[in-house]
Amino acid sequence: MLEIKGLKVEVEGREILHGVDLSIDCGQTHVLFGMNGSGKTTLLMAIMGFPRYRVTAGSIRFKGQDLAGLSVDERARLGIGMMFQRPPTVRGIKLMQMARLIPAREERDINVLAGELNLADFLERDINHGFSGGEIKRSELLQLLVQDPNLVLLDEPESGVDMENMQVIGEYIRSLLQKDRRRTRDHCGLIITHTGYILDHVEADVGHVMCDGRLVCSGNPREMLEDIRENGFEECSRCVR
Amino acid sequence: MPEKLRERIEELKRLARAAEDKPAALGMDIDLARFGEQPPGYDYREALQHISELDPEEMARTGVRVDARERAGSFVQIDDTVVHASALEEGIEVMGTREALETYEWLWDYYWKAVPVDMDKYTAAVELHPFDGYFIHALPGARIIYPLQACMYLRSPRYIQRLHNLIVVEEGAELHIITGCASEHEIESALHAGVSEFYVKRNAKLTFTMVHNWHPNMYVRPRSGILVEEGATFINNYICMEPVLYLQTYPTARLRGEGAVARFNSMMVASPGSVMDVGSRVILEAPGTRAEVISRAVTRAGEIIARGQIAGKAPGIKAHLECHGLILDKGGRIYAIPELDGGDPDVDMSHEAAVGKIAQEEVEYLMARGLSEEEATSAIVRGFLNVRIEGLPPQLEREIQRLMEESESKAL
Ligand SMILES: Nc1ncnc2c1ncn2[C@@H]1O[C@H](COP(=O)(O)OP(=O)(O)OP(=O)(O)O)[C@@H](O)[C@H]1O
Ligand SMILES: [Mg+2]
Repeated sequence: MLEIKGLKVEVEGREILHGVDLSIDCGQTHVLFGMNGSGKTTLLMAIMGFPRYRVTAGSIRFKGQDLAGLSVDERARLGIGMMFQRPPTVRGIKLMQMARLIPAREERDINVLAGELNLADFLERDINHGFSGGEIKRSELLQLLVQDPNLVLLDEPESGVDMENMQVIGEYIRSLLQKDRRRTRDHCGLIITHTGYILDHVEADVGHVMCDGRLVCSGNPREMLEDIRENGFEECSRCVR
Repeated sequence: MPEKLRERIEELKRLARAAEDKPAALGMDIDLARFGEQPPGYDYREALQHISELDPEEMARTGVRVDARERAGSFVQIDDTVVHASALEEGIEVMGTREALETYEWLWDYYWKAVPVDMDKYTAAVELHPFDGYFIHALPGARIIYPLQACMYLRSPRYIQRLHNLIVVEEGAELHIITGCASEHEIESALHAGVSEFYVKRNAKLTFTMVHNWHPNMYVRPRSGILVEEGATFINNYICMEPVLYLQTYPTARLRGEGAVARFNSMMVASPGSVMDVGSRVILEAPGTRAEVISRAVTRAGEIIARGQIAGKAPGIKAHLECHGLILDKGGRIYAIPELDGGDPDVDMSHEAAVGKIAQEEVEYLMARGLSEEEATSAIVRGFLNVRIEGLPPQLEREIQRLMEESESKAL
C-alpha cells in the first residue's frame, strides 16, 4: 500500500531524512521508534506532502501511485490521513464545524463520536484553542474517524493521554485500522510512539527505529520495545539486523 | 410652534449653514455640488410585498423579510421617501422622522443632541435640505423580542440621500433593530449621508445590527452618535462586505451613567478599489462603565482603515479594543489605528491589534483533512470574520449569523 524508496527530505535547507526505505502492506500496522529529533515526524509530514518538507531524492508511492507533485489535499483525498503531533489552533472554526467540513466517506454521527471520545463539550470550541495535550489527541482522532483514511499516520497518539482515555483512544485506533476484520482489511497504519503503550491496545506487525534520519533497524515491535527499554537507542545505531 | 423651539431651529440652521463647506475630519473630501439630481417620489405601501422597486432577495440580504415574520415592525425608505412604516408589537412606535417631529414636540429634545449639526458638511447637508429617516421608539419597560427591521434603499443616481434617524429606547426597555442600507445594482455615483442619533435610557438595552450593501460607485458618510444612560447597554454590529467607492464613518458612544455598557463589533471585507474608513469610539464618562470594540477586517486589494478609540474619564471603568486584519491579496492595505485615552488612575484599558496574511500552517492543516486550498482558505477567513457577539437572544444570534454568512459567501 505504501512504498518509500531512498527518501531524502530537506527542511529549511537542512537535510533531515537521509534515505529512508519503508514498505507497508495493506492491512499492516507499523510502529516507528526513535530519539527526539531523529526525523519521525518529518517522515510523516513528507508522506502527507507538506511543502516545507522538501523531497530531494527518492520516491513515495501509495496505492501504486507516485505521490510526487500531489498537494496535501490530493493526498488526503487519495486516502492518507494524519494525527498531528502539534496541530495549529484555528480561531473561528469550531471542532463541530471542522468535522462537518471534512469530506467523509460515510456519514458519521459526530455528536455520538464526540460523546464517546469525551469531547462533547469541545464541539463548539475553536479547534485546538486551549485544548490540553490529551484533548488534542482525541480531537485529532475524531477528525480522522470522520475522514476514515486508508493510510493512518499517527504521531504519538498516546502522549499526554490519561489511563481512562487511553482505553477509548486505543479502541478507536483499532477501529481506524480495522483490527477486527482481517480478510477484508484495506487500511494500514504507521504509528510513532515513545512509550509503546499503544501496543497494549493495537497489535502491530513491524517496528522500525529511526536514527538520525535513517531507519536503522526493523523487526518485531514488542521485542524492539523491550530492547529499547533495556538498552536505549545507543544499541540501535550500532545494530545492523 | 413655541418661541423657544423656533429659536432653536433657527440656531440649528445657522450652525448648519456655517458648516456647509466644512470638510469632514477624516476621509476624502467630496464636492457635494456634483450630486444635484432630485429623486422621484414614491407611493406609500401598506404591505411590504407591494414594494416592487426592491427585489426581495436584495432586501433579505440586508436583513429585511418581506413577510415580516418574526419581526416587531418594519420601515422602508426609498431615496428620500418613506414607503412603509409599521409596528407589529405593543410598546413600539415606528414612523418617518419628519412626521414624528410634527407629531411629538418632545422629540425635538433629541434632535441633534447626540451628533453635532455642524460636525461637517454632511451633517449640515442633512439639516439644510429635505430629508427623512426613521423614528423608532421603544416605550418604557417594553421588552420587544423580535427585531425591528429597517431598510434604506438608494435607487436614483447622482443625488445625495439624506437621512436623519432618531432611536429612543425608554427606561428599562429592550429593543433589537436590524437595518440594511443598499443601493441599486448598476447605480451611477451617488452619496449616502445618514445621521443616526441613539438614546438608550436607564437600564434599557438596544442592539443595532447594520448591514451595508453598497455598489462600487457609492460614497457613504454615516454620522452616528449614541448616548447611553445608567445601567443601559448598547450593542452595535456592523457588517460591510460589499464593494463601495469610499465609506467613512466613526460612530461615537458616550456612556453617561454608572454601569453603562457599549459593544461595537465590525466585520468588513474590502474588494479591490474599495476604501473603508471605519471606526468606533466610546467615551466612558461615568464610573463603572464598560466598553468593548472589536473589528475584523479582510481585504482583497481594497483599503481598510480600522479605527478605534476608547477614552476613560472615570474611575472603575474597563474597556478593550481589538482590531484584527487579514490581507488576502497583493495591493490590499489595512491600517489599524487603535487609540486609548486614559484620564483617571483607576481605569483598565487595553488594546490588541494584528494585521497579516492568512496562516499557511492553518490552511495546510485543513487541507490534510481533504479540503481544497480554496475551501480551507475560505473556511478560515469566515472563521476570522465571525466574531462571537455576546448578549444576544439566540434567535437574533442565528439571524445575524445567517446575515454574516450570506454576506461572506458573496464577498469571498
Ligand atoms: N519545520 C522545521 N523547521 C526547522 N527544523 C525542523 C522542522 N521540522 C523538523 N525540524 C528538525 O528536524 C529534526 C527532526 O525533527 P522531527 O520533528 O522529525 O523529529 P521527531 O523524530 O519527530 O522528534 P520527537 O520525538 O521529538 O517528536 C529536528 O532536529 C528538528 O529540529
Ligand atoms: Mg515528532
